[in-house]
Amino acid sequence: MSIMEYNGGSVIAMVGKDCVAIASDLRLGNQALGISSNFQKIFPVTDRIYLGLPGLATDVTTLRELFRYRVNMYTIKEERDIEPETFAHLVSSTLYERRFGPFFIEPVMAGMSKTPSGGYKPFIAATDLIGCLNFAKDFVVAGTASSKLYGVAEGLWEPDLEPEDLFETISQTMLNAVDRDAYSGWGVIVHVMTKDKVITRTLKGRMD
Amino acid sequence: MNSFADRFAITGPIAELRKAQANVEDDEFSDAAWGSEAGFGSLAKGIPTFTVPNVPDPSSFLRLHTDDHADPNCRIKIQHGTTTLAFRFQGGVIVAVDSRATAGSYVASGTVKKVIEINPYLLGTMAGGAADCQFWETYLGMHCRLHELRNRERISVSAASKYLSNLVYSYKGMGLSMGTMICGWDKTGPAVFYVDSDGTRLKGDLFSVGSGSTFAYGVLDQGYRWDLSDEEAQELGRRSIYAAGHRDAFSGNTCNLYHVKEDGWRFIGNYDLSQMHYEGPSGTGYGYDIRVEGRSSADAPPATAA
Repeated sequence: MSIMEYNGGSVIAMVGKDCVAIASDLRLGNQALGISSNFQKIFPVTDRIYLGLPGLATDVTTLRELFRYRVNMYTIKEERDIEPETFAHLVSSTLYERRFGPFFIEPVMAGMSKTPSGGYKPFIAATDLIGCLNFAKDFVVAGTASSKLYGVAEGLWEPDLEPEDLFETISQTMLNAVDRDAYSGWGVIVHVMTKDKVITRTLKGRMD
Repeated sequence: MNSFADRFAITGPIAELRKAQANVEDDEFSDAAWGSEAGFGSLAKGIPTFTVPNVPDPSSFLRLHTDDHADPNCRIKIQHGTTTLAFRFQGGVIVAVDSRATAGSYVASGTVKKVIEINPYLLGTMAGGAADCQFWETYLGMHCRLHELRNRERISVSAASKYLSNLVYSYKGMGLSMGTMICGWDKTGPAVFYVDSDGTRLKGDLFSVGSGSTFAYGVLDQGYRWDLSDEEAQELGRRSIYAAGHRDAFSGNTCNLYHVKEDGWRFIGNYDLSQMHYEGPSGTGYGYDIRVEGRSSADAPPATAA
């Protein structure tokens, strides 16, 4: 019995042209038994950062509250919103604090970061459960279906996708990957972020 | 006492092992590969022979390479997750199974045939080791045919299932893994027997086997009556497999449904579980969210003005 597979669940994030997308499944399980088909694993951190927390469900809740606390403290002290790059390092150091008794979570982040010229550029990152950062330029995956997500994303993703095309790409990647994973599925939620708005859609996926 | 009997027995796993080990030294190829026996090896000898690894304890050696609990990285993955069910009723026997095969958490296939058509009057279901079920139930079919030729009469479901249970019992402790229901129609009418690799053989009206069996039993027990009509019984089988496919991570994809009547079995259909969830039998869908749309606490109907 692997603790990373105890509750199941997967998250993926992708970069597009002036946009990012992040998607997760909605399953909460107790090993083989499905418990809930409405378990959120992706949380908004600021208006321009979304954080996905696949892994042990108890740690999903704990870390969500811990990051909310730390981001609030940052916002009060700095009197500004945290930038995605900074937040990624906050996530990394928070996880490394528990180097010898880790949270069983592999976070995935997606956001739009400010450029010096006043524009925005897409940002995605992921870490392992003790905080090793991976700043990818294309896509990042995590969770019980990660190996399947790599396979499908490797085949479908291409550079500079427009928001609608990115939505289609991430949706198909997620839907097809979780169908090959026993511990993920039971519905999918997708967020597509551009510089001025976020579109959230719940997809009709296989329910077995 | 048992070890004394084992030493002189000419059948059973210990004897098979002794024979196989004797073969290792002088006989690389089975006799069946030569002469007139070629191609009919198992038929000529009456019982198939297996090459056994030349180690002191072959069954623990096998377990080491096939048991996920002993070693999660073992190379041979045996199919464990499944939902199968069969029940007897006024109109015959209903057999319904899912079609998912998993290796660890990987869904290896969604189109597995878990009902084995032994002959036009006998069906076997598959749970546990896919190869074990497939091989031994096909082998059982061969012996059912021989029984017909010898006795000018079809074999009873009881005799067929007993043949299988005696057979797997002779391999007890060697790592066979199967949980099967032998279903059919004979002189006595509709019959269902549960047979597993421990050697258990049970006669009954209603069985479900596999990781999703608890979920299937829930629906089955609630809807089962002897005087079910054919349509009601088929629907109960489908609905039970849907319930198991929905809740159990290791069951799902599609449902294969068979109906056994006096003139033999008939394949009723293959049903996509996802389609059943969203559309169901009458367009309403089995899924909870679809069934209670606008009527649940999360999605309540608009409150009427006081």
